[in-house]
Amino acid sequence: MFTYFVHRVLIMIPTLLVISILTFVIIQLPPGDYLSNQLEELRSQGESASAMAKIAFYREQYALDKSPIEQYALWMGFWPGPNGFSGLIQGDWGQSFAYDLPVKEVVGDRLGLSFLINFSTILFIYIVAFPIGVYSATRQYSIGDYGFTLIGYLGLATPNFLLAMVLLYYANVYFGVSIGGLMDDKYINQPWSFEKAMSVVDHMIVPVIVIGTSGTASMIRRLRANLLDELQKQYVTTAKAKGVPRLKALIKYPIRMSLNPFIADIGNLLPDVISGSVIVSMVLSLPTVGPLLLEALRNQDQYMAGSLLMFLALLTVVGMFVSDVLLAVLDPRIRLSGGATK
Amino acid sequence: MTNVLLVRDLKVEFRVAEGTIKAVEGVSFRVPDGKTVALVGESGSGKSVISQAIMSILPKPAHITSGEILFFDPEKPGVFYDIAKLKPDSREMRNIRGGRISIIFQEPMTSLSPLHTIGDQISEALHLHHKKTKGEGVQITVDMLRLVGFPDPDAAFHTYPFELSGGLRQRAMIAMAMICKPALLIADEPTTALDVTIQAQILDLMQKLQKQLGMAILLITHDLGVVASMADEVVVMYHGKVMEQGTLEDIFRNPSHPYLKALMQAIPRFDMKPSERLTPIREIKRDNDSKFLEQANPRPIATGDEKPILEVRNLTKKFMTRKSTFFGAKPGGEVLAVDNVSFFIRPGECLGLVGESGCGKTTLSKLILRALTATAGEVTYNDRGRDIDVLALSKDALFDYRNKVQFIFQDPFSSLNPRMTVFDIISEPLIIHKVGTAAEREETVKELMTLVGLDIRFLRRYPHSFSGGQRQRIGIARALALKPDLLICDEPVSALDVSIQAQILNLLKDLQAELGLTYLFISHNLAVVDYIADRIAVMCKGRLVETAPKEALFKNPVHPYTKRLLAAVPEPDPNHQLNFSNLVEEKASNPELWPAPFTTDSYTSPVMMDIGDGHYVRVHENTDLKELRA
Repeated sequence: MFTYFVHRVLIMIPTLLVISILTFVIIQLPPGDYLSNQLEELRSQGESASAMAKIAFYREQYALDKSPIEQYALWMGFWPGPNGFSGLIQGDWGQSFAYDLPVKEVVGDRLGLSFLINFSTILFIYIVAFPIGVYSATRQYSIGDYGFTLIGYLGLATPNFLLAMVLLYYANVYFGVSIGGLMDDKYINQPWSFEKAMSVVDHMIVPVIVIGTSGTASMIRRLRANLLDELQKQYVTTAKAKGVPRLKALIKYPIRMSLNPFIADIGNLLPDVISGSVIVSMVLSLPTVGPLLLEALRNQDQYMAGSLLMFLALLTVVGMFVSDVLLAVLDPRIRLSGGATK
Repeated sequence: MTNVLLVRDLKVEFRVAEGTIKAVEGVSFRVPDGKTVALVGESGSGKSVISQAIMSILPKPAHITSGEILFFDPEKPGVFYDIAKLKPDSREMRNIRGGRISIIFQEPMTSLSPLHTIGDQISEALHLHHKKTKGEGVQITVDMLRLVGFPDPDAAFHTYPFELSGGLRQRAMIAMAMICKPALLIADEPTTALDVTIQAQILDLMQKLQKQLGMAILLITHDLGVVASMADEVVVMYHGKVMEQGTLEDIFRNPSHPYLKALMQAIPRFDMKPSERLTPIREIKRDNDSKFLEQANPRPIATGDEKPILEVRNLTKKFMTRKSTFFGAKPGGEVLAVDNVSFFIRPGECLGLVGESGCGKTTLSKLILRALTATAGEVTYNDRGRDIDVLALSKDALFDYRNKVQFIFQDPFSSLNPRMTVFDIISEPLIIHKVGTAAEREETVKELMTLVGLDIRFLRRYPHSFSGGQRQRIGIARALALKPDLLICDEPVSALDVSIQAQILNLLKDLQAELGLTYLFISHNLAVVDYIADRIAVMCKGRLVETAPKEALFKNPVHPYTKRLLAAVPEPDPNHQLNFSNLVEEKASNPELWPAPFTTDSYTSPVMMDIGDGHYVRVHENTDLKELRA
């Protein structure tokens, strides 16, 4: 088990490395970069010496005139630049050209808030999907099952941003909650306090529901299908034949078995939730990294885009790691026979 | 004699969307205290439904419409329960279920939860029905595991089912059923999924426990051999009705009902005369003037010393296991699946290959088909006078070889694509090998259908609308489409009922004669092999241990493994009951425990020696062969 754990941690390093290469290559693929676009613009407006000097400075600093391989090495921090080793692994996220600020400052609180929203969404999905999935499977073809199925399909079919706008309107009309943003305006740029935290929680309810609906719906369908499969299995009959009361037999055997795909999905849910939240964040003007990422990709603001993508990749890889470890803890077949003969 | 269970006029219906199905129609029987009653019937006869009704674990659509299931608990004289009237979730029913009546199922692989240790699952039943502390529970469970024959019961308590062999899992299942010392044990096909030697051990264990704990057994099975060795009374069922019931002697001496008589005649027995034919309950009606037979061009079979059609020399297959290390997987040990196997098949004969599961017989057949690549050795196929080195074939030559050797699979359910019609399935080999025009192919497919006795109107149907036996015939038609000379049949009847089994065996026999086919017939059932094969090869742990014409093998088995295999087959005859005292507790298939000169371990590796009349045995080289024959 310990070997498995260490092995699993070590394998994350090459995975992230490959992702970083892919990310960098894709960002580099379109012709030109932010600075050359900027240069064109300045030229057409008549040159300004200070602006030109700035561009030249960035070129030097980020080796934009060097080969892509060198740029990559600099970005990652494998190669010393003008300021010594300073890249992602040293914690320097580079400069956002569009904002003319270090990426770290542009992103600021947004990383933490994005993480908070996505984490709460996943928690929401699990808390809602689990009881409904179990209910639907054990009462297959009952009115409740059909009702949840219908709601589930509606949830899958409704575009997130539409739901966001509808909820935005009604939440305001009926509950007087203003849900634009992630906190009340008066707390912005204020130090953290209890009231500020409560305001964040208030504002998070609608986005979490909006972002989580489709995930919840598909999770219910999956859990229902898994559990229905498990309920047919012989060992469930064995438990019944031992005289185990129904609810206990249900929880101890088939539900435990159908948890496997549930947990294995943690890693898959993360990217879904994150990419699904971009448009919703725009609509609800949430200060998450989604809108920033979109903007950075459009502007070819390469360090900004690259760093954000790496952050998302890290989240996914860690999610996968967590689900793998949980699976091994839960299922002795994975724990004990992992890596054995096939 | 007091009864433990009395079933009176029981009727069970399944209410499904298509209407009601009467699964059990007025069944009455009894189970006396301390005795074994066998409930015999083919699949679909309603015998498992009865066991579910007694346990009150019927599936949702099933309803008991009338009748009584009276359970007399020997511990509470004078009290009885009518299980048919008790609610499945009531306290009384839950106390009876698992506490006073318990059940073991057919599939030891799936009937235990893979996520819980067997100790947890066995002691669960104990804690549900008796107030015991955790420590006492562990102690009683460990004692039970010892009683059912676990070599190290303390360690076994903490093992998971997937770490155990099939036989040990079934022992764990028995321990779970016995832990509360029930008055009645229902055994629903307890040994059907097991090898014969393991089956004999499990049956022996059940009898011993029955004597020790004094309980009654309701044994549900389709195997009349098991019945003859185990039962005191027999109830024969067909289509939800009892056809005949009586004591073991009555049933086997004078079967009076036509169904029972027919069933007895459908089972292959060891004492059959060479020309005797099995009589299936429903004979396949075949159209014998099929054009396919005229065009068949059977391989001329000369009698006497012709060259073998297939010769296998020193064939070896090693599988590499992977070892998980710190930096991923790397090759670990080797497993010898097929170890230096040599044999030959003469044209027109049927060679039976016998062995327990995992002995390498299927791997061997796949090597011959080139579905797997051999590690070493030679396979020579004689294509009507031309020798082909099978292992060296490539591309076109290999493609042509596929014309000549075909395969019939064990599982008629998973070997046919459910999304293809029967026509598509049978014509697919013809299309792949570009045989004839579309019109000719259609003609051939129709002839193949009549050849195996299926109606050509079925061609547009999908496999799910056929029974197991019919599907197996579709598989046979597909294998014959390319007019092969050699057919490899991998357990073609082991998934079928006895009466269907007889149909398929007869069909294979007839086709062999009509089309001049040669068979390699793989099976674990010695009686089946005895019926169809001319010569028999016995395989164990990847090696052949004995090869002989079937009369010689059955009359005079030389190798200890063959002897044990033969001794473990239950015969459908109360006069030849299994002799459990002959059984050895260790696995008969451990070559290191065979007595000299058969011992095979790291020091000695015996070779196949000819002891005359085509009888080969794997013995040590310096053995006096005359001694062995005696």
